[in-house]
Amino acid sequence: MLRALKSLGAFWYDFVIGDDWRVAAIIVAALGLTALLTHVARITAWWLVPVAAFAALAWSLHRATSRKS
Amino acid sequence: MTALPLVLTVFVACAVEAIEALTIVLAAGLTRQWRSTFQGMAAALLVLAAVVAVLGPTITLLPLGVLRLVVGAVLAIFGLQWLRKAILRASGNQALHDEASAYLREVAAAQAAPVSARCGVSDWYAFTLSFKGVLLEGLEVVFIVITFGDNQRDLGAAVVGAAIAVVAVAVTGIAVRAPLARVPENAMKFAVGIMLTSFGTFWGAEGAGVRWPGGDAALLVLVPVVAVVSLGYVAWLRRYRAGGAGQPARTPVPESGGVTG
Repeated sequence: MLRALKSLGAFWYDFVIGDDWRVAAIIVAALGLTALLTHVARITAWWLVPVAAFAALAWSLHRATSRKS
Repeated sequence: MTALPLVLTVFVACAVEAIEALTIVLAAGLTRQWRSTFQGMAAALLVLAAVVAVLGPTITLLPLGVLRLVVGAVLAIFGLQWLRKAILRASGNQALHDEASAYLREVAAAQAAPVSARCGVSDWYAFTLSFKGVLLEGLEVVFIVITFGDNQRDLGAAVVGAAIAVVAVAVTGIAVRAPLARVPENAMKFAVGIMLTSFGTFWGAEGAGVRWPGGDAALLVLVPVVAVVSLGYVAWLRRYRAGGAGQPARTPVPESGGVTG
Protein backbone atom coordinates (compact mmCIF):
# COMPACT_ATOMS: atom_id res chain seq x y z
CA MET A 1 0.00 0.00 0.00
CA LEU A 2 2.80 2.42 1.01
CA ARG A 3 4.75 1.43 -2.08
CA ALA A 4 1.74 2.11 -4.30
CA LEU A 5 1.24 5.53 -2.69
CA LYS A 6 4.94 6.34 -3.15
CA SER A 7 4.76 5.32 -6.82
CA LEU A 8 1.64 7.43 -7.32
CA GLY A 9 3.31 10.41 -5.66
CA ALA A 10 6.44 9.96 -7.77
CA PHE A 11 4.32 9.76 -10.92
CA TRP A 12 2.44 13.01 -10.17
CA TYR A 13 5.68 14.75 -9.17
CA ASP A 14 7.29 13.74 -12.45
CA PHE A 15 4.08 14.60 -14.34
CA VAL A 16 3.72 18.18 -13.08
CA ILE A 17 7.06 19.26 -11.61
CA GLY A 18 9.35 17.30 -13.92
CA ASP A 19 13.13 17.58 -14.12
CA ASP A 20 13.65 20.85 -12.21
CA TRP A 21 11.61 21.67 -9.09
CA ARG A 22 13.14 25.17 -8.93
CA VAL A 23 11.07 26.25 -11.92
CA ALA A 24 7.88 25.26 -10.09
CA ALA A 25 9.03 27.03 -6.91
CA ILE A 26 9.78 30.26 -8.80
CA ILE A 27 6.38 30.25 -10.54
CA VAL A 28 4.53 29.67 -7.27
CA ALA A 29 6.56 32.42 -5.55
CA ALA A 30 5.94 34.81 -8.46
CA LEU A 31 2.19 34.20 -8.32
CA GLY A 32 2.17 34.77 -4.56
CA LEU A 33 4.15 38.00 -4.95
CA THR A 34 1.84 39.12 -7.77
CA ALA A 35 -1.20 38.60 -5.54
CA LEU A 36 0.47 40.59 -2.74
CA LEU A 37 1.50 43.46 -5.01
CA THR A 38 -1.94 43.59 -6.63
CA HIS A 39 -4.19 43.26 -3.59
CA VAL A 40 -2.07 44.76 -0.79
CA ALA A 41 0.29 47.28 -2.39
CA ARG A 42 -2.11 48.07 -5.28
CA ILE A 43 0.77 47.95 -7.77
CA THR A 44 0.29 46.90 -11.40
CA ALA A 45 2.10 43.57 -11.56
CA TRP A 46 0.97 41.80 -14.76
CA TRP A 47 4.60 41.70 -15.94
CA LEU A 48 5.93 39.78 -12.93
CA VAL A 49 4.86 36.21 -13.79
CA PRO A 50 6.15 36.29 -17.41
CA VAL A 51 9.47 37.80 -16.26
CA ALA A 52 9.76 35.14 -13.53
CA ALA A 53 8.93 32.40 -16.07
CA PHE A 54 11.64 33.59 -18.49
CA ALA A 55 14.18 33.90 -15.66
CA ALA A 56 13.32 30.46 -14.26
CA LEU A 57 13.62 28.90 -17.70
CA ALA A 58 16.98 30.58 -18.37
CA TRP A 59 18.35 29.47 -14.99
CA SER A 60 17.12 25.91 -15.47
CA LEU A 61 18.58 25.72 -18.99
CA HIS A 62 21.88 27.10 -17.77
CA ARG A 63 22.01 24.51 -14.99
CA ALA A 64 21.13 21.69 -17.40
CA THR A 65 23.81 22.62 -19.94
CA SER A 66 26.52 23.44 -17.41
CA ARG A 67 26.52 19.96 -15.89
CA LYS A 68 29.53 17.88 -16.83
CA SER A 69 28.59 15.24 -19.38
CA MET B 1 -11.49 34.59 -26.92
CA THR B 2 -12.98 32.41 -29.67
CA ALA B 3 -12.89 28.62 -29.50
CA LEU B 4 -10.42 28.33 -32.41
CA PRO B 5 -7.13 28.91 -30.48
CA LEU B 6 -8.43 26.56 -27.78
CA VAL B 7 -9.26 23.81 -30.28
CA LEU B 8 -5.97 24.26 -32.17
CA THR B 9 -3.80 24.19 -29.04
CA VAL B 10 -5.55 21.11 -27.68
CA PHE B 11 -5.39 19.49 -31.14
CA VAL B 12 -1.60 19.89 -31.51
CA ALA B 13 -0.88 18.87 -27.89
CA CYS B 14 -3.11 15.81 -28.16
CA ALA B 15 -1.72 14.83 -31.58
CA VAL B 16 1.79 14.70 -30.08
CA GLU B 17 0.62 12.45 -27.23
CA ALA B 18 -1.47 10.29 -29.57
CA ILE B 19 1.57 9.70 -31.82
CA GLU B 20 3.56 8.44 -28.82
CA ALA B 21 0.69 6.19 -27.71
CA LEU B 22 0.34 4.87 -31.27
CA THR B 23 4.02 3.82 -31.31
CA ILE B 24 3.48 1.69 -28.18
CA VAL B 25 0.19 0.22 -29.41
CA LEU B 26 1.73 -0.71 -32.78
CA ALA B 27 4.73 -2.33 -31.07
CA ALA B 28 2.40 -4.40 -28.88
CA GLY B 29 -0.06 -5.28 -31.66
CA LEU B 30 2.37 -6.11 -34.47
CA THR B 31 4.83 -8.13 -32.38
CA ARG B 32 2.46 -9.72 -29.85
CA GLN B 33 -1.29 -10.00 -30.34
CA TRP B 34 -3.85 -7.46 -31.54
CA ARG B 35 -6.77 -8.78 -29.44
CA SER B 36 -5.00 -8.24 -26.08
CA THR B 37 -3.55 -4.95 -27.34
CA PHE B 38 -7.03 -3.62 -28.17
CA GLN B 39 -8.33 -4.84 -24.80
CA GLY B 40 -5.57 -2.88 -23.04
CA MET B 41 -6.28 0.19 -25.16
CA ALA B 42 -10.03 -0.01 -24.50
CA ALA B 43 -9.48 -0.40 -20.73
CA ALA B 44 -7.20 2.69 -20.69
CA LEU B 45 -9.70 4.73 -22.74
CA LEU B 46 -12.45 3.79 -20.28
CA VAL B 47 -10.33 5.00 -17.33
CA LEU B 48 -9.52 8.24 -19.16
CA ALA B 49 -13.18 8.85 -20.07
CA ALA B 50 -14.12 8.34 -16.41
CA VAL B 51 -11.45 10.86 -15.32
CA VAL B 52 -12.79 13.47 -17.77
CA ALA B 53 -16.41 12.77 -16.79
CA VAL B 54 -15.65 13.15 -13.06
CA LEU B 55 -12.96 15.85 -12.99
CA GLY B 56 -14.19 18.03 -15.87
CA PRO B 57 -17.53 19.11 -14.35
CA THR B 58 -16.16 19.02 -10.75
CA ILE B 59 -13.42 21.55 -11.45
CA THR B 60 -15.94 23.97 -13.00
CA LEU B 61 -17.62 24.21 -9.57
CA LEU B 62 -14.59 26.22 -8.35
CA PRO B 63 -14.85 30.02 -8.56
CA LEU B 64 -13.19 31.25 -11.77
CA GLY B 65 -10.48 33.24 -9.91
CA VAL B 66 -9.37 30.23 -7.84
CA LEU B 67 -9.58 27.95 -10.87
CA ARG B 68 -7.41 30.27 -12.95
CA LEU B 69 -4.83 30.70 -10.18
CA VAL B 70 -4.44 26.98 -9.46
CA VAL B 71 -4.79 25.70 -13.01
CA GLY B 72 -2.72 28.59 -14.39
CA ALA B 73 0.12 27.79 -11.97
CA VAL B 74 0.07 24.09 -12.80
CA LEU B 75 -0.22 24.78 -16.53
CA ALA B 76 2.68 27.28 -16.47
CA ILE B 77 4.89 24.80 -14.58
CA PHE B 78 3.84 21.98 -16.90
CA GLY B 79 4.39 24.19 -19.99
CA LEU B 80 7.83 25.35 -18.84
CA GLN B 81 8.77 21.70 -18.39
CA TRP B 82 7.81 20.99 -22.03
CA LEU B 83 9.54 24.15 -23.21
CA ARG B 84 12.74 23.36 -21.28
CA LYS B 85 12.96 19.94 -22.88
CA ALA B 86 12.08 21.31 -26.33
CA ILE B 87 14.77 24.03 -26.08
CA LEU B 88 17.38 21.51 -24.92
CA ARG B 89 16.50 19.28 -27.88
CA ALA B 90 16.42 22.13 -30.43
CA SER B 91 19.82 23.41 -29.27
CA GLY B 92 21.42 19.97 -29.48
CA ASN B 93 21.86 19.50 -25.73
CA GLN B 94 19.43 16.59 -25.53
CA ALA B 95 18.74 13.86 -28.07
CA LEU B 96 15.70 14.48 -30.25
CA HIS B 97 12.66 12.31 -29.61
CA ASP B 98 12.65 9.69 -32.36
CA GLU B 99 9.52 7.56 -32.83
CA ALA B 100 11.35 5.06 -35.06
CA SER B 101 13.96 4.21 -32.40
CA ALA B 102 11.32 4.31 -29.62
CA TYR B 103 9.35 1.76 -31.68
CA LEU B 104 12.38 -0.51 -32.13
CA ARG B 105 13.05 -0.43 -28.36
CA GLU B 106 9.43 -1.41 -27.61
CA VAL B 107 9.50 -4.17 -30.25
CA ALA B 108 12.72 -5.65 -28.83
CA ALA B 109 11.24 -5.69 -25.32
CA ALA B 110 7.93 -7.13 -26.56
CA GLN B 111 9.67 -9.95 -28.46
CA ALA B 112 11.72 -10.92 -25.41
CA ALA B 113 8.79 -11.09 -22.97
CA PRO B 114 7.07 -14.48 -22.37
CA VAL B 115 3.38 -15.04 -23.23
CA SER B 116 1.06 -15.57 -20.26
CA ALA B 117 -2.73 -15.44 -19.90
CA ARG B 118 -4.35 -13.64 -16.96
CA CYS B 119 -7.80 -12.34 -15.99
CA GLY B 120 -9.36 -13.46 -19.29
CA VAL B 121 -6.64 -11.74 -21.34
CA SER B 122 -4.68 -14.16 -23.55
CA ASP B 123 -1.47 -12.05 -23.72
CA TRP B 124 -0.98 -10.12 -20.48
CA TYR B 125 2.20 -8.39 -21.68
CA ALA B 126 0.49 -6.92 -24.78
CA PHE B 127 -2.47 -5.86 -22.62
CA THR B 128 -0.37 -4.08 -19.97
CA LEU B 129 1.99 -2.50 -22.51
CA SER B 130 -0.93 -1.06 -24.46
CA PHE B 131 -2.87 -0.09 -21.29
CA LYS B 132 0.08 1.74 -19.71
CA GLY B 133 1.07 3.48 -22.95
CA VAL B 134 -2.42 4.77 -23.71
CA LEU B 135 -3.13 5.67 -20.07
CA LEU B 136 0.11 7.61 -19.49
CA GLU B 137 0.00 9.52 -22.77
CA GLY B 138 -3.76 9.93 -22.37
CA LEU B 139 -3.41 11.48 -18.91
CA GLU B 140 -1.51 14.38 -20.48
CA VAL B 141 -4.31 14.76 -23.03
CA VAL B 142 -6.90 14.71 -20.23
CA PHE B 143 -4.91 17.26 -18.23
CA ILE B 144 -4.71 19.66 -21.19
CA VAL B 145 -8.36 19.15 -22.16
CA ILE B 146 -9.63 19.79 -18.63
CA THR B 147 -7.39 22.79 -17.86
CA PHE B 148 -7.96 24.54 -21.18
CA GLY B 149 -11.63 23.58 -21.42
CA ASP B 150 -12.56 24.55 -17.88
CA ASN B 151 -10.60 27.81 -17.91
CA GLN B 152 -12.34 28.91 -21.09
CA ARG B 153 -15.64 27.51 -19.80
CA ASP B 154 -15.77 25.50 -23.04
CA LEU B 155 -14.95 21.89 -22.20
CA GLY B 156 -16.84 20.75 -25.33
CA ALA B 157 -14.49 22.62 -27.70
CA ALA B 158 -11.44 21.17 -25.93
CA VAL B 159 -12.88 17.64 -26.16
CA VAL B 160 -13.55 18.20 -29.90
CA GLY B 161 -9.91 19.30 -30.47
CA ALA B 162 -8.61 16.24 -28.61
CA ALA B 163 -11.00 13.82 -30.34
CA ILE B 164 -10.05 15.09 -33.82
CA ALA B 165 -6.34 14.68 -32.98
CA VAL B 166 -6.74 11.15 -31.61
CA VAL B 167 -8.93 10.01 -34.54
CA ALA B 168 -6.57 11.60 -37.12
CA VAL B 169 -3.51 9.90 -35.61
CA ALA B 170 -5.32 6.55 -35.21
CA VAL B 171 -6.59 6.56 -38.82
CA THR B 172 -3.14 7.50 -40.15
CA GLY B 173 -1.51 4.83 -37.99
CA ILE B 174 -3.94 2.15 -39.22
CA ALA B 175 -3.29 3.20 -42.84
CA VAL B 176 0.51 3.31 -42.48
CA ARG B 177 0.87 0.45 -39.95
CA ALA B 178 4.13 2.04 -38.75
CA PRO B 179 5.15 4.68 -36.20
CA LEU B 180 4.61 8.20 -37.51
CA ALA B 181 8.31 9.04 -37.54
CA ARG B 182 8.00 11.69 -40.24
CA VAL B 183 5.67 13.93 -38.23
CA PRO B 184 7.68 16.96 -36.98
CA GLU B 185 7.06 15.89 -33.38
CA ASN B 186 9.86 17.94 -31.81
CA ALA B 187 8.68 21.14 -33.50
CA MET B 188 5.10 20.38 -32.40
CA LYS B 189 6.26 19.90 -28.81
CA PHE B 190 8.07 23.23 -28.96
CA ALA B 191 4.87 24.92 -30.14
CA VAL B 192 2.81 23.20 -27.43
CA GLY B 193 5.31 24.26 -24.77
CA ILE B 194 4.95 27.87 -25.92
CA MET B 195 1.14 27.70 -25.81
CA LEU B 196 0.96 25.96 -22.41
CA THR B 197 3.43 28.43 -20.88
CA SER B 198 1.63 31.45 -22.36
CA PHE B 199 -1.87 30.37 -21.30
CA GLY B 200 -0.64 29.21 -17.88
CA THR B 201 1.15 32.51 -17.25
CA PHE B 202 -1.89 34.49 -18.42
CA TRP B 203 -4.46 32.59 -16.37
CA GLY B 204 -2.22 32.25 -13.31
CA ALA B 205 -1.57 36.00 -13.14
CA GLU B 206 -5.26 36.71 -13.76
CA GLY B 207 -6.15 34.37 -10.91
CA ALA B 208 -3.69 36.26 -8.68
CA GLY B 209 -5.71 39.42 -9.32
CA VAL B 210 -3.90 40.97 -12.28
CA ARG B 211 -5.73 42.84 -15.01
CA TRP B 212 -3.85 42.34 -18.25
CA PRO B 213 -3.51 45.38 -20.52
CA GLY B 214 -6.06 44.82 -23.29
CA GLY B 215 -7.74 41.90 -21.51
CA ASP B 216 -7.75 38.61 -23.47
CA ALA B 217 -5.99 40.39 -26.37
CA ALA B 218 -2.82 40.38 -24.23
CA LEU B 219 -2.47 36.72 -25.21
CA LEU B 220 -1.89 37.85 -28.80
CA VAL B 221 1.26 39.57 -27.53
CA LEU B 222 2.23 37.06 -24.84
CA VAL B 223 2.33 34.02 -27.16
CA PRO B 224 4.75 35.63 -29.70
CA VAL B 225 6.88 37.02 -26.86
CA VAL B 226 7.22 33.55 -25.28
CA ALA B 227 8.06 32.16 -28.74
CA VAL B 228 10.73 34.81 -29.42
CA VAL B 229 12.32 34.41 -25.98
CA SER B 230 12.35 30.61 -26.36
CA LEU B 231 13.97 30.83 -29.80
CA GLY B 232 16.47 33.29 -28.32
CA TYR B 233 17.34 30.70 -25.66
CA VAL B 234 17.87 28.08 -28.39
CA ALA B 235 20.27 30.43 -30.20
CA TRP B 236 22.04 31.25 -26.91
CA LEU B 237 22.51 27.57 -26.03
CA ARG B 238 23.70 26.72 -29.54
CA ARG B 239 26.31 29.45 -29.36
CA TYR B 240 27.24 28.41 -25.83
CA ARG B 241 27.63 24.83 -26.99
CA ALA B 242 29.66 25.76 -30.07
CA GLY B 243 31.86 28.23 -28.19
CA GLY B 244 32.60 25.83 -25.35
CA ALA B 245 32.05 28.51 -22.68
CA GLY B 246 32.00 27.13 -19.14
CA GLN B 247 31.35 23.39 -19.04
CA PRO B 248 28.53 22.74 -21.53
CA ALA B 249 27.45 19.17 -22.20
CA ARG B 250 29.68 17.94 -25.05
CA THR B 251 27.34 15.25 -26.29
CA PRO B 252 23.53 15.35 -26.33
CA VAL B 253 22.12 13.88 -23.14
CA PRO B 254 19.88 10.89 -23.93
CA GLU B 255 16.15 11.33 -23.41
CA SER B 256 15.20 11.20 -19.74
CA GLY B 257 12.02 9.27 -20.56
CA GLY B 258 9.95 11.44 -18.26
CA VAL B 259 6.23 11.89 -18.56
CA THR B 260 6.58 14.83 -20.93
CA GLY B 261 8.28 12.51 -23.43
